[in-house]
Amino acid sequence: MSIFEYNGSALVAMVGKNCFAIASDRRLGVQLQTIATDFNRVCKIHDKLYVGLSGLATDAQTLYQRLVFRHKLYQLREERDMKPETFASLVSALLYEKRFGPYFCQPVIAGLGDDDVPFICTMDCIGAKELAKDFVVSGTASESLYGVCESMYKPNMEPDELFETVSQALLASVDRDCLSGWGGYVLLVTPTEVQERILKGRMD
Amino acid sequence: MECVFGLVGDGFALIVADTSAVHSILVHKSDEDKVMLLDSHKLLGASGEGGDRVQFTEYIQKNVHLYQFRNGIPLTTAAAANFTRGELATALRKNPYSVNILLAGYDKDIGPSLYYIDYIATLHKIEKGAFGYGSYFCLSMMDRHYHSGMSLQEAIDLVDKCITEIRTRLVVAPPNFVIKIVDKDGARQHAWRESVKNDKVATA
Repeated sequence: MSIFEYNGSALVAMVGKNCFAIASDRRLGVQLQTIATDFNRVCKIHDKLYVGLSGLATDAQTLYQRLVFRHKLYQLREERDMKPETFASLVSALLYEKRFGPYFCQPVIAGLGDDDVPFICTMDCIGAKELAKDFVVSGTASESLYGVCESMYKPNMEPDELFETVSQALLASVDRDCLSGWGGYVLLVTPTEVQERILKGRMD
Repeated sequence: MECVFGLVGDGFALIVADTSAVHSILVHKSDEDKVMLLDSHKLLGASGEGGDRVQFTEYIQKNVHLYQFRNGIPLTTAAAANFTRGELATALRKNPYSVNILLAGYDKDIGPSLYYIDYIATLHKIEKGAFGYGSYFCLSMMDRHYHSGMSLQEAIDLVDKCITEIRTRLVVAPPNFVIKIVDKDGARQHAWRESVKNDKVATA
């Protein structure tokens, strides 16, 4: 079993009309054994920027701590929050620093940039950025997620419709992957508010 | 064949560990204490390679004491758990420790808590958890019988059910277990479950 499949994960981020949604599954496992069903993979950097980290949980936790540290330093120096594009470059640089001994994580970055234009991107474990205008996926269920998102996605969805689409896409995909699942966690961010919801799917 | 498991009850947390010190087919002793009293209100149950287990847990214990001496107040359970994870994570890519840890503590304003720390430094706060071959039996027993806010008697009954299951179904089951508890009155040994008594060696 690959090191990326040690803990199991599923992450998706999708763009709507002046909003974005980022969602993850809730399982923390050690290969075939499930340890917890309330593990959070989506982390806040600032009010309008979130990062989801799939792959090895220990590296996700270490990387998250390093990113928060770098962002806090940036806030002290620049007296403002980081733009999502800048943050994506930061993550990419941090990952490439470890080119020959990488963090076993694939991040999904989602944020609202200038003028509240939604921004999403993903990258591989050594920081190769992949910008997208519609959706990005990551984790052990990524192949299913690509298929489901491709069929369900429509441009310019309103927040409620976006939430519904992301939820259905996530639950459908994790049902086909034994290493991810046990519910879902969806974060919907608009310029004025942030909605967090827990999904109940097939609990197995 | 080492088993460590733990759970959180109403105002207390329990950690149970087997007490065999084994090298290949030889049992050196059957009364090895693997649950360390980290400070007055914390327990650290560890399983893993012999040298690493003792060295790492003693290192954590001394650093927790040092913090208390320097700052005049004890660490919270969450802080101690994050410190432990940080040490494991730093050592992971240099000189890894093969130690799995369950850290239980009681804080005055938060109550009892239990943390799961993998040997690769995955940290998660849990209500019930287990390590080792015994986990295959304990986790299922706890999934069936555990509920939040169990009384001490109910929790001890559940622990005894788990121990019975391990003794019945694990091929090289450890004969003896120690049960330690942490609550508002502190961390202390609660009971032993022995099926093989260690005779004291007569002095010359």
